[in-house]
Amino acid sequence: MDFLFITQQSLSSAIGVDTIIFALAAIGLNMHFGYTGLLNFGQAGFLAVGAYSVAVSVVTFDISLWVALLIGIINSVLLALLLGIPTLRLRADYLAIVTIAVSEIIRQVARSATFNKTLGGSDGITGKFGKQFFDLNPFKDGLKLPWLRFTPNDLWVVIVGWFVIALLLFLMWILVNSPWGRLLKAIREDEDAVRSLGKNVYLYKIQSLIAGGVIGSIGGFFYALSRQSVQPDNYGTALTFFAYTVLILGGAARVLAPIAGAMIFWFLLVFVEQTLRQAVAAGYVPEWLIGVNQVGQIRFMLVGLGLMLLMIFRPQGIFGNRKELALDARA
Amino acid sequence: MRKVTMLGALAMVATIVTTLFGFAGSASAATPTFIQGTLVDASKAPISGVTISVTGPNNFTGSSVSDGTGKWKVEVPAAAVYQVTINQEELPSGQALTDPTKATIKANVISLGFDLTILFPIGPGVEKTSNLERSAQLFADGLILALVIALAALGLNLVFGTTGLTNFAHGELLTLGGLLTYFLSAIVKLDVIFAIPLAVLLSAFIGGYLQDKLLWGPLRRRGTGLIAALIVSIGLAIFVRYFYLFIFGGDTRQLPQYAGQPGITIAGLVSITPKSIITSSIGLAMLVGATLWLSKSRLGKASRAVADNPALASSSGIEVERVISAVWILGATLASYAGIMVTVNQGVSFVMGQDLLLLIFAAVTLGGLGTINGALVGSLAIGVSIQLSTLFIPTELKYVGALAILILILLVRPQGILGKKGRIG
Repeated sequence: MDFLFITQQSLSSAIGVDTIIFALAAIGLNMHFGYTGLLNFGQAGFLAVGAYSVAVSVVTFDISLWVALLIGIINSVLLALLLGIPTLRLRADYLAIVTIAVSEIIRQVARSATFNKTLGGSDGITGKFGKQFFDLNPFKDGLKLPWLRFTPNDLWVVIVGWFVIALLLFLMWILVNSPWGRLLKAIREDEDAVRSLGKNVYLYKIQSLIAGGVIGSIGGFFYALSRQSVQPDNYGTALTFFAYTVLILGGAARVLAPIAGAMIFWFLLVFVEQTLRQAVAAGYVPEWLIGVNQVGQIRFMLVGLGLMLLMIFRPQGIFGNRKELALDARA
Repeated sequence: MRKVTMLGALAMVATIVTTLFGFAGSASAATPTFIQGTLVDASKAPISGVTISVTGPNNFTGSSVSDGTGKWKVEVPAAAVYQVTINQEELPSGQALTDPTKATIKANVISLGFDLTILFPIGPGVEKTSNLERSAQLFADGLILALVIALAALGLNLVFGTTGLTNFAHGELLTLGGLLTYFLSAIVKLDVIFAIPLAVLLSAFIGGYLQDKLLWGPLRRRGTGLIAALIVSIGLAIFVRYFYLFIFGGDTRQLPQYAGQPGITIAGLVSITPKSIITSSIGLAMLVGATLWLSKSRLGKASRAVADNPALASSSGIEVERVISAVWILGATLASYAGIMVTVNQGVSFVMGQDLLLLIFAAVTLGGLGTINGALVGSLAIGVSIQLSTLFIPTELKYVGALAILILILLVRPQGILGKKGRIG
């Protein structure tokens, strides 16, 4: 067993590209679910809109990457309005079902042969659409420490990614501690009470949906840029549910929680996978029990089990405050 | 019927591939070079009198009409890529290209002297059938899909009504039924006729009774909130789905019996397999039985009382936990049978339940969350509209159409078709 390799892979993943993507998705969800109590099960849709906006604008329509990013943000605002206007007047689970439906609509339209020319069909879009972004990279050698390894492109994505996350978290911290943020929390705790104080709950919910959605679509930018390709099936419901796991692991309604959640999530995921893989390869685990190809499946089973156990025994997550997020009090 | 056509088409594609690479003819550059082929229908009978035209570089055009043995042949002057087009209009009635978009095939003549054989796969085409026939067939398919959705939706709705749980792991109950049937028939080698009821019983016990006793019952006693329970169900769904993948693998598998059953035609309009008729009839009987049980029996009435007001039901002497247990068993029974219907007719894979779950949710939401008749109405609307929508939109987008309908209806009538207005918050 090569423990240095396992540690290197796990650590690189814990501060790497995947962690950044899931942290951004979870920061958006934290706005929706943690602070406002909105059950958005379509966060994958926001990431898809961000990723596809960039890829389609640059590859298909030959627009500058920087304009494409702006288009992505505008599109995610439009998606939030589309989702929010019909459903935010309804009970929480209606929003859940409609958002999951819309995110599946987005994925199925993106992978359909009908729109193959613009959206790339089931193969998605691959191209050098991140060129303008990677041209700015001053670190042409990447990072090659014994316990931490990044390719030049990944290193640039990681540096910019953490900078963006820091900026967003600072903004979020200001927002949630402002009167606006306190109002969102009040809506989460008791919507009727807020309404009786003469506040327009509907409007605030839409604002929250837009803010969280835009943050999610920024996660989509990084998803597309880091791989220089978009694949429709990456944006399935599993992405949303993993983002929820990340958020709940860290502790909903805590500004820094999604970061902690994403880092722990990816560290454990990669650590378990690599350890199992090596254990199987070295013959410590009998072949009839776990084959090499089945290690990935075990990993997902553990995610599911982890999400269940967390929600049952520690719904406030690792860093959350049980009083802050009284999930149990809401029906 | 459709399966048989698919198999035929696959066989033909395989023949094209083999003939494309198996060059015929001599290697001499002086010999004339032909693009050629033989037109035969699905039953291998030759088709004559159909024009094949070939175009290529330097304004080359040539054409040939298939003879009495279905053979056609066009001489080409140089090694190049040619476009070979069949005139679909001239195909006899009842015969068409199995893929109408493949009327033009690229033929790459690598060097002179190598003849190239091109096959156009022809079968009883879809586009030759009248719109009436297509609509009737799609409507019938839609009714069967609606039945599958309704069986699953009833259980989902009952559990929601009595316990408030929005169960994202409900789809996994369908897969459970399907996988157990596969296990009992393909591995234990039971006859399918015995495997199905046994699989339903096992699913009812494991997916209904045990699931409630071991997981949801204790959670209710802990006072876990509804949204927390919803997220637990998501975790459970992910866990169980990948557990299925772990033991069953990723492919879709057919039951060992009745797999390639030919369809029979009813009233000259609708083609349906006997197994589909039988499984659907049983499904319909189960659905009617369950609805009657809910409205007439003591336990059924009690379950509606619990759905209406658990505290009041409890104080008037109804054993709420027993009712909930019964509801779980009924829900798992119906859902696993829905999964078995899909398994018998289309095969089973580990994502089967997940793929259907969104449609089940759409049906329940459309009809009105927590209402029994609403689930039935919603399932009918979703199932039939999914199939009929393929008359107007590409088949691959049919689920998109159904989900879009759901969102549009929620815009106008947020409580669903039969939902109570007070349910919206």
